[in-house]
Amino acid sequence: MSGHSTYVPSSAIARWFESRLPIIGLMHGSFVSYPTPRNLNYMWTFGAILSFMMVAQIITGIVLAMHYTPHVSMAFASVEHIMRDVNWGWFLRYAHANGASMFFVAVYMHMMRGLYYGSYKAPREILWILGVIIFLLMMATAFMGYVLPWGQMSFWGASVITNLFSAIPLVGSAITTWLWGGYSVDNPTLNRFFSLHYLLPFMLVGVVVLHVWALHVVGQNNPAGVEVKNVKRDTVPFTPYATVKDSFALAVFLIFFSWFIFYVPNYLGHADNYIEANPLVTPSHIVPEWYFLPFYAILRAIPSKLGGVMAMFGSIAILAFLPWLDTSKVKSAAYRPVYRVFFWAFVLTCVGLGYLGAMPAEGGYVIASRILTFYYFAFFIMILPLLGIFETPKPVPATIADAVLAKHGAHAMQPAE
Amino acid sequence: MNRFKSIFVAVALSAASLAPALAAETHGPVPARLNWSFAGPFGTFDRGQIQRGFRVYREVCAACHSLSLLSFRNLGEPGGPEFSEGQVKALAADYKIKDFDDKGEPVEREGRPADRFPKLFANAEAAAATHGAAPPDLSVIAKARSYSRGFPLFLLDALPGMAYQEHGVDYIVALLNGYTKADDPNWNEYYPGHAIKMGKPLSDGQVDYTDGSPKTVAQYSRDVSAFLMWAAEPHLEQRKRTGLNVMIFLIVFAGLLYFTKKRIWADAH
Ligand code: HEC
Ligand code: HEM
Repeated sequence: MSGHSTYVPSSAIARWFESRLPIIGLMHGSFVSYPTPRNLNYMWTFGAILSFMMVAQIITGIVLAMHYTPHVSMAFASVEHIMRDVNWGWFLRYAHANGASMFFVAVYMHMMRGLYYGSYKAPREILWILGVIIFLLMMATAFMGYVLPWGQMSFWGASVITNLFSAIPLVGSAITTWLWGGYSVDNPTLNRFFSLHYLLPFMLVGVVVLHVWALHVVGQNNPAGVEVKNVKRDTVPFTPYATVKDSFALAVFLIFFSWFIFYVPNYLGHADNYIEANPLVTPSHIVPEWYFLPFYAILRAIPSKLGGVMAMFGSIAILAFLPWLDTSKVKSAAYRPVYRVFFWAFVLTCVGLGYLGAMPAEGGYVIASRILTFYYFAFFIMILPLLGIFETPKPVPATIADAVLAKHGAHAMQPAE
Repeated sequence: MNRFKSIFVAVALSAASLAPALAAETHGPVPARLNWSFAGPFGTFDRGQIQRGFRVYREVCAACHSLSLLSFRNLGEPGGPEFSEGQVKALAADYKIKDFDDKGEPVEREGRPADRFPKLFANAEAAAATHGAAPPDLSVIAKARSYSRGFPLFLLDALPGMAYQEHGVDYIVALLNGYTKADDPNWNEYYPGHAIKMGKPLSDGQVDYTDGSPKTVAQYSRDVSAFLMWAAEPHLEQRKRTGLNVMIFLIVFAGLLYFTKKRIWADAH
């Protein structure tokens, strides 16, 4: 699907430039004439929303960094200085803190979309794996960012998570000391977390570029899960069709985002993080941010520390193997009636694990976490490989155009110009 | 369309996993939810109330609690108690600020509006030695305390029309009124574990009000809590006002985009 640019430089200067660095043609081919399947639904707008959120996090982050002080005795007060004394500082900080949550809302929708419509299957395996790497980088970035305001949850969250590495046999405690830059979470830890929190988003941008590149090589999947066969019948050009649809979806998403920034800015946070970090006082419950809760529940579901750590990292790593674990030839869940049931059960499992991650690790909560953790892994290791063999999919439309026709009738197929 | 519906159900359900507030277990009784002028999307502070609240802070709480993230000038800024410039100057001058003179000798000078409220103790240990436990700085206390309303109420707390963000203020009011055992001044119904090192700080008639408001613990506690909410969130009014403009803009903009989208896609299907 490469080389679909219809860009023709219209001036002498543009021609001169284009023959030396064809970047305008590249942009034109990627975001103007790029053919997008005509049957995409709104679940396909989260890519654009994610790109927006990434840029928004970087811009608000860079301005915050101009006013922030990464030192244990000043970090908390410097964030409050941003909230109180910096012009529009409260906006920057609330936009950045809630922006991280919105970033995760969007990425979870995006991943759910991929899971439902089989977007990870050939030829999109690399595209999917790059997505898993993006997800990992986001998690690392958000985790380190949450440490920066140096509240109680920042400190104790950092202690709990870095301590996990001590579960590694033999070298564990050496690794933990090395991560901390000392014998506990302290000033060196805060400094390196700030440094990395500034660095990782730019690595994220790099991987996102690869992700989009891979996307533009293989093309988008679509709700029918069949590949584009005839560009004219099956697709519409990115601009104006996708541009306007993405813009509308982004505007709606921004309404949701703004509600959090302006009206309930601390809802997604934890009150304890407004208490300055104190290594001598342990909060009664240490809970990570909501977007980590399912993984935190998996961590605590396993009775051994090392086992818990392996299960937690395994629950993310397993996503990378998804293209080979799912043995079904049919991509879209629209034509996989049995898969669809297991898929929604999986989504509920993740929500349930999120709930359990916020509960104390005791009694019935632990039992429930174990059951859901079992389903989480069984979905990938048992259900997906077997379903491909035993499920009888419904007939799949031959082309995207046929799928649209079946849905909207013949008038739908006027040439889209 | 069916698929869409199920997707939306899933979104609603995943909202259920947004459960940070959930984590804190309920300790003892739940504070009553009070009516605050600053709650809701159009909320603003009641100027008179936070002025009285400051008076309570200054005459009672300031003996033990610092307010060190605030500057005196904040008291005169828009959206706060809005004391006059003269009042702020006079008030700052009442405080002694540690500084150094031209020769580098330590001195104590009169406060200026640009100074921060001074710290009361060299460190938490010194504070704890005096009061049995370190009295926390009150600058952000209204946001640093909360309690869980449990599932599913905590979900409603985020919703337009039902949003409830005043857990911290309600807790402080409850705490100040929570000394319900006459024989034990350190027993508090709302403090986690009930044994609090702060003896009952307020009693009726303790602070003089000049605007005719009742001089009761019930009134004092509400006023000082409202003041502490402002102290924790001095730009709350600006935030909500800006939010309204942003919302109106975005809703109109999204509406226009919706019709543009419909128009453009009309010939595609
Ligand atoms: C005589 C000193 C003293 C006075 C006066 C005082 N406090 Fe306290 N306050 C304390 C101490 C000591 C603590 C710490 C209690 C503990 O940790 O057990 C405390 C704790 C608190 C807390 C935190 C409770 C919690 O949940 O951890 C709040 C809120 C508070 N005080 C508000 C006030 C307000 C408002 C006033 C003025 C009306 C006030 N205090 C007056 C000494 C005082
Ligand atoms: C991938 C994008 C990013 C994510 C997901 C992210 C996430 C976060 C989170 C969760 C916090 C804690 C917010 C709080 O509770 O106060 C934070 C704080 C912070 N971030 Fe980022 N961030 C990103 C990019 C950046 C960038 C590019 C910078 C630029 C240097 C930056 C600078 C900061 C600073 C200075 C803070 C501390 C101030 C504060 O806590 O509000 N961030 N970040």
